[in-house]
Amino acid sequence: MIVAESRSSSPAQPHANRGLRILCPNGHLGFAPTKLGSFNLGLAAEPDMVACDSGSCDCGPVPLGSDGTASPLAWQRHDIEAMLVGARRLKVPMMIGSAGDTGTNSRVDRYLGIVKELAKEHKIPRFKLGYFYSEISKDTVRRKIESGDPVRGLDSRPDLTLAELDATDHIVAVAGVHPFIKLLDMGADVVIGGRSSDCAIFAAPAIRKGYPEALAYFYGKVMECASFCAEPYAGKESIIGEITMEDVKVTAMLPEQRCTVASVAAHSMYERSNPYYEYFLGGHIDMSQCVYEQFDERTTRVTGPKFIPAQELRVKLEGAGKVGERYVGMAGVRDPYTISRIDEVIAWAKAAVRERFGDTGYQLTYTVYGRDGILGDLEPLRNRPSHELCIVVQGVAPTKEMAEEVCMIGTRQMFYARLPNVKGTAGGVAFLLDEVMPASAAYRWTLNHTMRIDDPLELFPVHLTEAGI
Amino acid sequence: MSAAPRTMPLTSLAKTIRSKNAGVDKVTFDVIFQDKKSYDLVRRSRALSREAACKIYGIPDSRISDHVEFEPGLAIKFTIFRKMPSGSVGDPDIFGSQQYGPLLAVEVPLP
Repeated sequence: MIVAESRSSSPAQPHANRGLRILCPNGHLGFAPTKLGSFNLGLAAEPDMVACDSGSCDCGPVPLGSDGTASPLAWQRHDIEAMLVGARRLKVPMMIGSAGDTGTNSRVDRYLGIVKELAKEHKIPRFKLGYFYSEISKDTVRRKIESGDPVRGLDSRPDLTLAELDATDHIVAVAGVHPFIKLLDMGADVVIGGRSSDCAIFAAPAIRKGYPEALAYFYGKVMECASFCAEPYAGKESIIGEITMEDVKVTAMLPEQRCTVASVAAHSMYERSNPYYEYFLGGHIDMSQCVYEQFDERTTRVTGPKFIPAQELRVKLEGAGKVGERYVGMAGVRDPYTISRIDEVIAWAKAAVRERFGDTGYQLTYTVYGRDGILGDLEPLRNRPSHELCIVVQGVAPTKEMAEEVCMIGTRQMFYARLPNVKGTAGGVAFLLDEVMPASAAYRWTLNHTMRIDDPLELFPVHLTEAGI
Repeated sequence: MSAAPRTMPLTSLAKTIRSKNAGVDKVTFDVIFQDKKSYDLVRRSRALSREAACKIYGIPDSRISDHVEFEPGLAIKFTIFRKMPSGSVGDPDIFGSQQYGPLLAVEVPLP
């Protein structure tokens, strides 16, 4: 029997009979700065580890495809500094997964550089710095397909074709608990991970300490978005989670926030299609029998998740490829007659682009704000456009020059569209700018697939170095 | 005297109505209720059933990947396949965060 804890025990006071406690400062490190007030309260509670994820697919395919980032370096550095200085002061491990939004090799290297710099700057005594990569080459995937082992689509995507693979610029594999456990076994004090399942970062130390896998993965699931599992809503605030042999408890660190049954249960729905299942390399958890209880005022206790090991190891792959260079144009319409026939205006401009460049070799899109700009085909009020419209035109082509011209024709020719009964004959649309604007190159998600592997570490080479003075 | 209203706006029964990406190929909708009574009322009314969701968004059933009545969270949740992966050229909502708009107009029939 585990001795029951006093229910009055405050998370801010370390106590004896406890499990593994991890402090999570941020659901997506670097994307918006960590709030330091609640993080420092978390450090004062003397957690056994400080950990968080730094990645997301949410920012679209551009960061991965271009091997760039969606977060400013200064914010990444700010968050890593708080974690590193805090964790080294307490002499507890610190782990970050999915470095730099995408988890590509260049993002792992960037985070390693930040850690080394900060360690020197703060004169932190020498420590072991572990890291792993998760970017994989197109050749690795090609060999798998050519050997007759299909790379299967997720979310109803078809199996990966060689053509789709060729259209890809960067691929990351999503790591499970394995490289994190391996690096902790090797003695790493700080771990920087490539792309990772966010729940694996927290599950790894728990599994390594012998806690049940079902609770460990659930622990990771509930921890990964930090204060998003608490109420009232407040982003970028810290939480502490504790796993024991019997349960998971999660506590908000911001004094104004509480982890309630409703907020913790509701969090299991966030950004996922089904609230009952969470998949990762090696299996999934079933949360349908979870029991949520209010443990103390700011803590919710959860029991009952189940772990279902996978029949075969299939690793998730994320990939993005460049579509072309991009320009953006804008036009406004106020004439009610023109608004009622806006599709004809767009058709006119499209025809002018077709006349110049033909049917293929570029992309030209129109987003009609004031009618169905945000929902597209899901818009129930499509037939009730507003009294004014804004049309955003995107021209995408292999070169900047061509993209600019596609977009320019596609935008400016709306001005000249010929409608049979239009009264205004001096220009069919209003221009905010008589130009088109260069935008980021266009990319698309080419891979949302899984690939069979034999060893959960085979795509995630681990390394150990040192930092500090 | 006017007759008692036969419907109630969903907005007066739900505390949260939101949409967000669920991976790169799907958008998920969460309607979270303040209490069990409101949750049960809406659930039984079928105003947010799988069929109702199809009707609200004008989509065939095949566009819906999941529909869950999630009692632990006092929530009704459904997920649809995107027309194109998030952030593709012409995708106007990279995060899927404004797709819930039409749910704010849902009227819930009272028993």
